[in-house]
Amino acid sequence: MTVTPAARAEAEALFAAFRATGATAVEADILQPAETLLDLYGEDIRARAYITQDPLRGEMVLRPDFTVPVVQAHMAGGADPARYCYIGPVFRKQDHIGPRASEYLQVGFEVFDRDAPQADAEVFALFAGLLAPLGLQALTGDIGILLAAIEGLSTTPRRKAALRRHVWRPRRFRALLDRFAGRAALPPARARLLDHLRSAAPEALMAEAGPQIGLRSGAEVAERSAALLEDADTPPIAAPEAALLYDLLGLAAPADAALAHLRGIAPLMPAITPAVDRFESRLAALRARGIDTASLAFEASHGRTTLEYYDGFVFTFHRADQGGAIDAALPPVASGGRYDALTAILGQGRSIPAVGGIIRPAVVADLKGA
Amino acid sequence: MSLKIGVPSKGRLMEKTFDWFGARGVTMSRNGAEREYSGAVEGIADVELVLLSAGEIPRELAAGRIHLGVTGSDLVRDKLADWNQQVAELAALGFGHADLIIAVPACWIDVETLDDLDAVASAFRARHGFRLRIATKYHRLVRDFLTETGVADYQLVDSQGATEGTVKNLTAEAVADITSTGETLRANHLKILGDAVIHRSQATLFLARAADWGAAETAAMAALAAKLQIATP
Repeated sequence: MTVTPAARAEAEALFAAFRATGATAVEADILQPAETLLDLYGEDIRARAYITQDPLRGEMVLRPDFTVPVVQAHMAGGADPARYCYIGPVFRKQDHIGPRASEYLQVGFEVFDRDAPQADAEVFALFAGLLAPLGLQALTGDIGILLAAIEGLSTTPRRKAALRRHVWRPRRFRALLDRFAGRAALPPARARLLDHLRSAAPEALMAEAGPQIGLRSGAEVAERSAALLEDADTPPIAAPEAALLYDLLGLAAPADAALAHLRGIAPLMPAITPAVDRFESRLAALRARGIDTASLAFEASHGRTTLEYYDGFVFTFHRADQGGAIDAALPPVASGGRYDALTAILGQGRSIPAVGGIIRPAVVADLKGA
Repeated sequence: MSLKIGVPSKGRLMEKTFDWFGARGVTMSRNGAEREYSGAVEGIADVELVLLSAGEIPRELAAGRIHLGVTGSDLVRDKLADWNQQVAELAALGFGHADLIIAVPACWIDVETLDDLDAVASAFRARHGFRLRIATKYHRLVRDFLTETGVADYQLVDSQGATEGTVKNLTAEAVADITSTGETLRANHLKILGDAVIHRSQATLFLARAADWGAAETAAMAALAAKLQIATP
């Protein structure tokens, strides 16, 4: 049995605590339309979703997560501001032999409120309070600072877009940044490709290569060929500027110290100032809610691998050993973050800042039983 | 009980497997009528031949219904989660070579590597409103490879045959398939990405870790391993 009575009891207690804050309880169907939902997720959840065929409704997916259906319901006519909570199973295929369940309960809390720093602090403090008896290790981050730093680079919009797109894939991001900063040599395959593209007009090269097949048109190929040649002539990102971004990617410190560090580099990287201001307001709001920001762990790169669609504040709560070290092999007990861009995509022109998170009651029950 | 060994039930893969074992003093043969899927093993005691479709051998190994099996290393890696915890590779048999690769239309003069494919996927999604489609039957291998190499904005679409035709038929923009000479790809106006060899496959002898390994099977395995001159886990 995947959902034990202990996990169910823990889930109901957490759900009651969320409702006690005044949040509205919401339901979401277990069977969701696959296409719109999966398009919004990263490859990881897409690949792990249970997809099935419905004779009338087409391709459906067993709910892999609540956030998207809750946002959809809110955008279709929720109050502003609004607070929601939910409880129920989610489904994700597990691709490795081990203890991770493919069906498990989530209890979640989502806040749609334009006062972002206060809302961030409200969600985090609520989770921290509920999980306090378990002695967990919290870890926070802020994707918004990274995105602002990328936006501020003195390079072409195309290069910024490429970096922004790969913020959630650190390895490729690093490879791109190394190339754009001139730290990595042009790969031989790219050099050959550029030589070939310079040798004749794209139309002539295409005709020589073979017939036009597929949905991607000759115009699209010609357009990217021109873009590649243009990009080849783009000067590298200046070394000091690139160095600051590398420094930012590796920043890991208690939150107050991280803020001081960011304030220190902001004059050299003015584009991050508004994001750092938001970080500072958030820390003040957290302190007002009793969170010790002098010891709260912060990593600028946190949330880049696991929590795609988060684009601002992110947090996780982990089981830790007595020295406070996190066991990375285990899923976090709770996780959450800000996803403003998602509400803009689902709102079709409207958007509202949103932040939320989930707790895995089965893990809470395990920890209490241990 | 005897040691059950699963072997592809027809074609060159079966013949080459028989040859490989035959060269090592283990004679395999198919019984009676041409269409009957049962066989015999001579030259060693307590070994039973089970003729199966090569595609089903990974599943039979994982379930432990056969002790040994010969199939492509690509199929085992694709069909079994954490394959090396479920089966052990005993010997690469040196035939049935094929590479799992990614290919795109030859007219894509701006694409030579995964880097290019990734950039094209991003532009394609923005232009066409859906993710670039890669047709394949090797979902796990392709997905793991693209995740590892950080390619985004694609989707895998299932294609169980004639995969090279999907681009022309507008059901995919690229394909991930096995090839030995690349001829079918060229005939369908596709070219292979230089850095996208996902797996170099060949026929391989696997051992099922979950099979029933009693005294009789263990003894038969030891005798067989000595004859084949292979190590067992």
